[in-house]
Amino acid sequence: MLLVLGRRLANVIPTLLAVVALVFLLFSVLPGSFISGMNEDGRGAIDPAVMERMRKEMGLDDPLPERFAKYVISIAQGDLGRSFRTREPVTRLIGVRVWPSLKLVFAAMSFAILVGVTLGFVAALRPGSLVDTISMVFAISGLSLSQFWFGLMLMYLFALQLQWLPSFGYGDGGIRHLILPAIALGVGPMALLARTTRAAVLDVLNADFVRTARSKGMSERRVVSWHVLRNALVLVVTIVGLQFGSLMGAAVVVEKLFAWPGVGSLLVDSVFQRDMPAVQGCILMIVLFFLAINTLVDIAYVAIDPRIRYRR
Amino acid sequence: MTAPLLRIEDLRIALRTESATYNAVENVSFEIGRGEAFGLVGESGCGKSITALSVMGLLRRPLALAGGKIVLDGEEIQDASPAEWRRLRGKRVAMIFQEPMTALNPLSPVGRQIAEMFVLHQGAGWSEAMDRAEDALRQVQVPSPERRIKDFPHQLSGGMRQRVMIAIALACGPELLIADEPTTALDVTVQAEIIDLMRELCAAKGTAILMISHDLGLVANMCRRVAVMYAGRIVEQQDADAIFASPRHPYTRGLINSLPRLGARARQGRQRLQEISGVVPSIAGYPAGCRFNPRCVAVTDICREVSPEATPLPADGLVRCHHHG
Repeated sequence: MLLVLGRRLANVIPTLLAVVALVFLLFSVLPGSFISGMNEDGRGAIDPAVMERMRKEMGLDDPLPERFAKYVISIAQGDLGRSFRTREPVTRLIGVRVWPSLKLVFAAMSFAILVGVTLGFVAALRPGSLVDTISMVFAISGLSLSQFWFGLMLMYLFALQLQWLPSFGYGDGGIRHLILPAIALGVGPMALLARTTRAAVLDVLNADFVRTARSKGMSERRVVSWHVLRNALVLVVTIVGLQFGSLMGAAVVVEKLFAWPGVGSLLVDSVFQRDMPAVQGCILMIVLFFLAINTLVDIAYVAIDPRIRYRR
Repeated sequence: MTAPLLRIEDLRIALRTESATYNAVENVSFEIGRGEAFGLVGESGCGKSITALSVMGLLRRPLALAGGKIVLDGEEIQDASPAEWRRLRGKRVAMIFQEPMTALNPLSPVGRQIAEMFVLHQGAGWSEAMDRAEDALRQVQVPSPERRIKDFPHQLSGGMRQRVMIAIALACGPELLIADEPTTALDVTVQAEIIDLMRELCAAKGTAILMISHDLGLVANMCRRVAVMYAGRIVEQQDADAIFASPRHPYTRGLINSLPRLGARARQGRQRLQEISGVVPSIAGYPAGCRFNPRCVAVTDICREVSPEATPLPADGLVRCHHHG
């Protein structure tokens, strides 16, 4: 177990370095900068002398390798720099956004697991039945929906027409504001989970050891709860892990749509303003989250499947 | 002969596809006495495994029982309800499968998989059931059972896994043990151990065995009576000794000639091992007349047109051939 963890952690650093380098490069080939962007925001031209001073201050004139080295060293010291826009330290800027983001992602995933896995199970236990057909139609629609459009429809129905829930914003951080964005974000993974769970359960139901279980004189309910559940879970956990990581990225659209104060909406705003340190910080955050979830999935495998525990 | 433990009467198993229905097994009848070992022999795809599954009530779509009777201890069970089947399976009729690698749940300790039997059929609690699982493992001669009960299937060898399967099957002292190619997937050296173990345990408990195999030698060794199946029908049934001494059906003769033999024949000089040319026809393409006719060395016109009836042989035997002389 410790070995797995250690090996994982050793992988984190090169991955982070690669991501930082990639974002750095992308930004350096992007036309314009934070300062040229200020010229375009309609408040009229800025004095070239001021622009020159700002460029110096922000270090935008330094050669790329030097800037990169500086940035990497400061990250290593836990300093993500200051936002060009607000002059706040990026760590603080992101810090206040992390909790809402996590809340949204976990809520979306809980919804996806609860509904998706249940649908998949029910469908698999009665293949070809009406329940199966309905839940799979549901699942495929969920997979093909655009989050943006679906989010708007949710707003229209539940906020505007029925007036059950607030249409956007974080509110007091309570659950009422969380429901709609969580569903909008969770519907994709829900659909995927429903389909994979169905496939996984059907697969296990045809396994030899399930025939053995039946030959023991077990009721079908016991066959499922004693022998099918855990085996199907292995596959489900993989999908949950993969989806979890990418949800943080997908949250960008939903956070923007619902004016949710998370890392995603900060990222979008920062990109538009070419606020390089903030963008870097957000992306680092998302990558770290992805890696953390992957590690958790690895640990979950070990807990579920004894065959993995003894392999080195 | 007293009332047999199991009587199969004119069994028919249908394979239903969207376009047509085929008889995967038909006209199959045999009896197994209490404590008797009965062998069912044939090539892959001849219907022996599904015959066994039908006795367990485990046929699954697209296969289904389409006719005939299955009588266990005087009681017809072919139309039993799911709940009645559950009381039969494992408790009165148990089964060992061919592939010990996949027949056990990979995520569950083997002790628990044995213990389930005591919980299911004898109302034992889990801790008592685990103690008894340990005893069961000891009975099938697994070394240090107290440690092995916590092992997962992947930690055991193929032979050990098959021992676990035997322990599961015999846990509740069934009246009939169905062994579907129990040693086919094992090393030759392990095969003999497993067969001996099965024979000993069943003899001690008075359990009857329905042994299914493609290996006529193995079956004849273990069983008193043997039935040979071909393309969904029993083509010959005799005492094991008689079937070797005077096989009546050309297919049986082919099977016997295809057994490699050391000793007498080998001393006569090198001889090419005999084979039966051709392959088993698919269920959808059974030939008219005798189903063996395209591969038969003694085929005549009548074989291609008329399906042969069963001719009784002494000692409850039968042969299904126009030229059984």
